[in-house]
Amino acid sequence: MGITISNISKSYKKVKALQHISFDVKPGELFGLIGPDGAGKTTLFRILTTLLIANEGLATVAGFDVVADYKSIRKNVGYMPGKFSLYQDLTVKENLTFFATIFGTTIEENYDLIKEIYVQIEPFKNRRAGKLSGGMKQKLALCCALIHKPEVLFLDEPTTGVDPVSRKEFWEMLKRLQQKGITILVSTPYMDEAALCDRIALIQDGKILEIDTPQAIVKHYSKPIYNVRAHNMYQLINSLKEYQYNHSVYPFGEYVHYTDKRTSFNPEELKMYLESENLTNIEIKITVATIEDTFMELAKS
Amino acid sequence: MKTILYIIQKEFKQIFRNKGMLPIIFVLPLLQLVILSNAATFEVKNIKFGYIDNDHTSTSRALVEKFNASTYFDMLTDFQSKALASSAMLQGEVDVVLEIPLYFERDLQKEKYNDLGVTINAIDGAAAGVENVYVTQIIQHFNQHLKVDLLQVSDKQIQPINIDTIPLFWYNETLNYKTFMVPGILVLLVTMITLFLSGMNIVREKEIGTLEQINVTPIKKSQFIIGKLFPFWVVGMALLTIGLILAKLIFDVPMLGNLLLLYAYTSIYILVILGMGLFISNFTDTQQQAMFIAWFFVVIFILMSGLFTPIESMPKWAQMLTEFNPIKYFVEIIRMVMLKGSGFKDILPLALKTLAYAIVMNGLAVWSYKKTS
Repeated sequence: MGITISNISKSYKKVKALQHISFDVKPGELFGLIGPDGAGKTTLFRILTTLLIANEGLATVAGFDVVADYKSIRKNVGYMPGKFSLYQDLTVKENLTFFATIFGTTIEENYDLIKEIYVQIEPFKNRRAGKLSGGMKQKLALCCALIHKPEVLFLDEPTTGVDPVSRKEFWEMLKRLQQKGITILVSTPYMDEAALCDRIALIQDGKILEIDTPQAIVKHYSKPIYNVRAHNMYQLINSLKEYQYNHSVYPFGEYVHYTDKRTSFNPEELKMYLESENLTNIEIKITVATIEDTFMELAKS
Repeated sequence: MKTILYIIQKEFKQIFRNKGMLPIIFVLPLLQLVILSNAATFEVKNIKFGYIDNDHTSTSRALVEKFNASTYFDMLTDFQSKALASSAMLQGEVDVVLEIPLYFERDLQKEKYNDLGVTINAIDGAAAGVENVYVTQIIQHFNQHLKVDLLQVSDKQIQPINIDTIPLFWYNETLNYKTFMVPGILVLLVTMITLFLSGMNIVREKEIGTLEQINVTPIKKSQFIIGKLFPFWVVGMALLTIGLILAKLIFDVPMLGNLLLLYAYTSIYILVILGMGLFISNFTDTQQQAMFIAWFFVVIFILMSGLFTPIESMPKWAQMLTEFNPIKYFVEIIRMVMLKGSGFKDILPLALKTLAYAIVMNGLAVWSYKKTS
């Protein structure tokens, strides 16, 4: 009774937002939709939450068809849009009461579900939602999406624009909600968050690149990756890009992730090349692939 | 029901928390009522008057004195020549120039007949017409007195019979312009504010993204629409009440008819406007767009409502168009009820038309409102 998506396509005039998307989300799963801006994540969310109708394909959410049984879906899902969309001029308590009322329930009735999150914002319950910090806003939005005890929760980029601490807290909350049996579909452009999901789908330009567990996806990456560092990052990237055997060069924090075209690659050789390019403090270490590397590799082909 | 009540409660909270909007809703319209009612008048007053007296006799001076005594004319300028008067009119210094010919008095006594030259600035045709009437009235009045002075006994036999008309101005005996305008302007304010607010309201939820969140909930279309629009219905009724109180206190506008009847009609009328607002907000994505469209309709509705210019003098096709103008109905009814004391039966045909309009408009609006995008 999770989510099933088969062969969904949607285009806006000439732009093909989604092209033949198919995947399933198992009940109680925390499923991540990972992709850059404009990949079609929000469009897929809007189709699944019955706000948009797909051009073709079928989808069910909690066992209900998104077109035929849209009314049942609206009763059984929680949706948190990417943009903060609560009433800024109402207080925290009023927003929550409002959503509880239109779902025909009360805060008290489902209090245990939101309790852990709500206690964090309760000190501000009489503050207007517009005056909350970004992290608080997200918590309130999550409370509002949960107030009617949904079976499936849709979170569209919930942590975009939220500080790292709040992001971490937010993901811990999602994990706890998952333990309560709620199926969660979450989208994010952050690759580090992907590792926290049960399974992820990498999406780009309206197409699914790969679907698997984060651990398995990383294993799909066959080439050894090297962390390369030198005194001048910009010059290093340029030099690596000019290196004739380079396969991929991506900046990654304080390092550059480098892969080589050849199967037998000797880091010493690269070091010598870089030294000849007048780079100093060169450091080359082998490292493990991350989801980001996998994504870049898949997006490239 | 509980849902609707909660939405209504929420809307009111939002209206009263919007510190920028509150004065716009309640204070500005009333300022407009006070200012517009005093300013929007067709009475032509303070006419800048000039004359060229070529005669310089007691008769010609007596005629000029008549103009001087009139409250409509101001600033009497004595021009030495026609050329000077013409250039003054070109400069906009005078609106009306009276030219008294040479030998005016002598010829009047001899011939019992004379001509006067009157030149009127007719850029504003309507004002020029009114000015002409004033000038003619003064000269005629002067003429009657003159006859008495000049006639000799023998002439009495050939004097034509005079027909006098004594008009009675019903429903507005003193031709008080404000009595006529205040109810009309009140209609305008109730209409404008409710249309703008309702038109912008649902669009606002679209703009800030809350509509998307609402659309994913099981709330019914009707619950949401009623909950959102009802507060503006209340605002409209409140505006009518405040406006009526001001009309009585400041302008002492007569209220002959039953005010309950007026309220009953207004309650239907506001439904038409709210339906229109909802309809506009269904086809727009931003408050700005909604505002522009609402303005477009309001301007047409006002100018074709019979508020400022009588509908009877519009071309046939325009008269047909006014049938679709809700403001027209309300202006007519508020004037009928307040000034004439019309009763239920008198306004029934118009009220039925308004009711039909309300049903059609709201039907269209609800039909075009979609929860999916």
